[in-house]
Amino acid sequence: MSFYDSLIENAPAIIIAIPLLFAFATPLISKLSKVLRNAWAIMGVLFSGALMYVLAWEVFRDGGSVARTYVFGGAEGTSFDVLSNIRITFYVDGMAAFMGLIMATVALGAVIYSLSFVKKYTGQDKYYTLLLLMLAANFGMVFTGDIFNLFVWFEVSSVAICGLVAFRTNRGESFEGAAKYLIYSTIAGLLLLFAIGILYGQYGHLNLEYLSAAIGADGTILIVDKIVLGILITVFALKAGAVPMHMATPDAYSEAPAPITAMMVTASQAGLYAVFRTGWTLYGGNISRAAAELDLIHAVGYVLVILGLLSMFVGVTLALVQKDIKRLMAYHAISQTGYMLLGVGVGLAVYASGDNTDFSLYGRTALAGGIFHIFNHALYKGLLFLTAGAIIYKAGTRDLNKMGGLGRDMKMTALFFIIGALAIAGIPPSNGFASKFLIYESVFHFNPVIGAIAMLVSLLTLASFVKVFYAAFMGPKNSEMKTGEVPRSMLIGMSVLAGMILVFSFLPSLVLSEIVDPAVTALAGPGPEIGTNLTLFSGQGSWNALVLLGVLSIVLILGILIRSWGQKGTVPNGEGKKPYLFGNPTEVNGNPIVVPASNVYWGFVKALQKYYRPMEKMHSGLINEYVFWFVATAGMVMLALAFL
Amino acid sequence: MMSEIPYLAVVALIAIGLYIVMFKRNLIKLAMGITLIETGANLFLITLAFRSGDRLSAPVFTSQIMGGSAPAYSLPTPHALTLTSIVIGVATTALLLAFFMKLYQKFRVSTVDEMRRLRG
Repeated sequence: MSFYDSLIENAPAIIIAIPLLFAFATPLISKLSKVLRNAWAIMGVLFSGALMYVLAWEVFRDGGSVARTYVFGGAEGTSFDVLSNIRITFYVDGMAAFMGLIMATVALGAVIYSLSFVKKYTGQDKYYTLLLLMLAANFGMVFTGDIFNLFVWFEVSSVAICGLVAFRTNRGESFEGAAKYLIYSTIAGLLLLFAIGILYGQYGHLNLEYLSAAIGADGTILIVDKIVLGILITVFALKAGAVPMHMATPDAYSEAPAPITAMMVTASQAGLYAVFRTGWTLYGGNISRAAAELDLIHAVGYVLVILGLLSMFVGVTLALVQKDIKRLMAYHAISQTGYMLLGVGVGLAVYASGDNTDFSLYGRTALAGGIFHIFNHALYKGLLFLTAGAIIYKAGTRDLNKMGGLGRDMKMTALFFIIGALAIAGIPPSNGFASKFLIYESVFHFNPVIGAIAMLVSLLTLASFVKVFYAAFMGPKNSEMKTGEVPRSMLIGMSVLAGMILVFSFLPSLVLSEIVDPAVTALAGPGPEIGTNLTLFSGQGSWNALVLLGVLSIVLILGILIRSWGQKGTVPNGEGKKPYLFGNPTEVNGNPIVVPASNVYWGFVKALQKYYRPMEKMHSGLINEYVFWFVATAGMVMLALAFL
Repeated sequence: MMSEIPYLAVVALIAIGLYIVMFKRNLIKLAMGITLIETGANLFLITLAFRSGDRLSAPVFTSQIMGGSAPAYSLPTPHALTLTSIVIGVATTALLLAFFMKLYQKFRVSTVDEMRRLRG
């Protein structure tokens, strides 16, 4: 066996072992020199990420449905039998490799960005230790084929995240965010442990493959199966940050250092991955299933659609009114998670309805759109959180009302922000549009109203990013702010993600057929190709980014030509001197009316105050109430699954 | 009947723990509530380990307990799970208490009502 073959065979374990080794060696290396420690941390992410890329390439080459299995404690050549072995296994199929790629990419951008970003803080050795630990936990959550092992990685991820959220010990608020997130994820983790106990008591095994075959094997679904399913879905949806279990998510996201927030997005996607695995693999394992099981999966599909709709709408409407830049983006992260839940939920519901023509017509497209959106979301949301970090780094504040004019000095950051904002709002020809296009068209086929809501949410997303851009980069400069662009390592970190976004934007069909299709195949079996010849086909329409790019560049050339015919320079004392204000200037009690930058949509908010008032009450900041919402949701999901 | 008592204890522990976390405002009580839920989950795993009758599993030891005629044994896996879960529980509880301690140092916060700077 060649070195390469044995490397690939052991890759699932090595990919996790590298960040663990580098994590716990970091404090020791840190004693020697700071430069060495930084290089060490980057090397840890780079090695494990590179191996992840190689492994993913191997998995995708097989089409994604063949899993690479690694059995812990199994000697070379041991055949693995799920019935007789109680060993921990790692399965890396198309879906797991897809998630691993996302985590490796975002972690690389984040760790390079961190070099300058955390330079002024003490305790950097612990920072890098926890960062690598979090990466290992992320990989572990998606690779594991053992449900108890999943719980362990879940908890490692929570502890590492909470330690990092509380990294800035000078801010008391960071402890509050970390404590809330920790309470939330600990209770979720304990309910998960309880569900695992039930599964073990019923079936005597913890292996996901075995459980998948055992659940509903004799054609009936037991009531304990439904209870476990309800708990699993709610717990992993909490990790993913779906409404109404999202309340601690914005607190933790906004208090964590920016590179950590970017990585937390991928950690929450590991939760999303677990939701999809529960629905598709654990409960929807074999196709030739009894009607009882198909009915159950159908209901799960609808539960995911409802959670997705709630997340999309509540997330975006609350983001619109925020004045803290990172909190605003955190609510957007929740809202975008809704798209993935929606796409995959629609796919699951259509799949379980047993209609194969419907599934190949639009169900598979919805699933592919939802999965493609996971990667896109990790890239643009990661980039946006990094730009938010750059803004906070320079402006010294996270309040949108106190910043302004940063675009003059931070041209690169402004450019990266525009790339990220266009992608999250789904403006063609961005990668966000490519995945949203698949979701819109297929969901519209499933239910026109839901499709319309998905488009409305995109509009509101665009509106709130216009607000951020206007508040942070435009307008007069605040003289108290530091000037100049952010340090180079932060720019490199951002450009890693921005470059990936550009590739994904212009070659979506290539990405879809090479990376997304194996992931879809791993969940739902092989099906028709969605992207060929650089064009995406949704079943209803098609999308080719390069054609639009050509049209846009012709328009741009025409515009430049027209501009060159005009008068050169600006008119002295012309309109350019004064800022343009809408409407007529009005005064109340002798003072001009001032609308702060965070409140530009006050008319919209006032018109919807019947909606916003109860929302404000719901997000009270009381962790008791948050836990109550979580427990109530778990109960409701269980009831829905039991009676549907 | 006797063999169901541990399950009743599990339900009671988890229910009391959830009640505390949902309705008690003191932060230390909150941490105690979480520990109660954890204890309940661990007890559940331990209880599941005790089996009687013939099963295709690896028993640690067999003996006649509770006067039954079938051989009773204890599965090793749930014990391993419980041990892992206890270690994780110690880590999370310690981290949580550390956060509460720092919050008290920073803001003199001791109840949930005062821990709501982040909201909306």
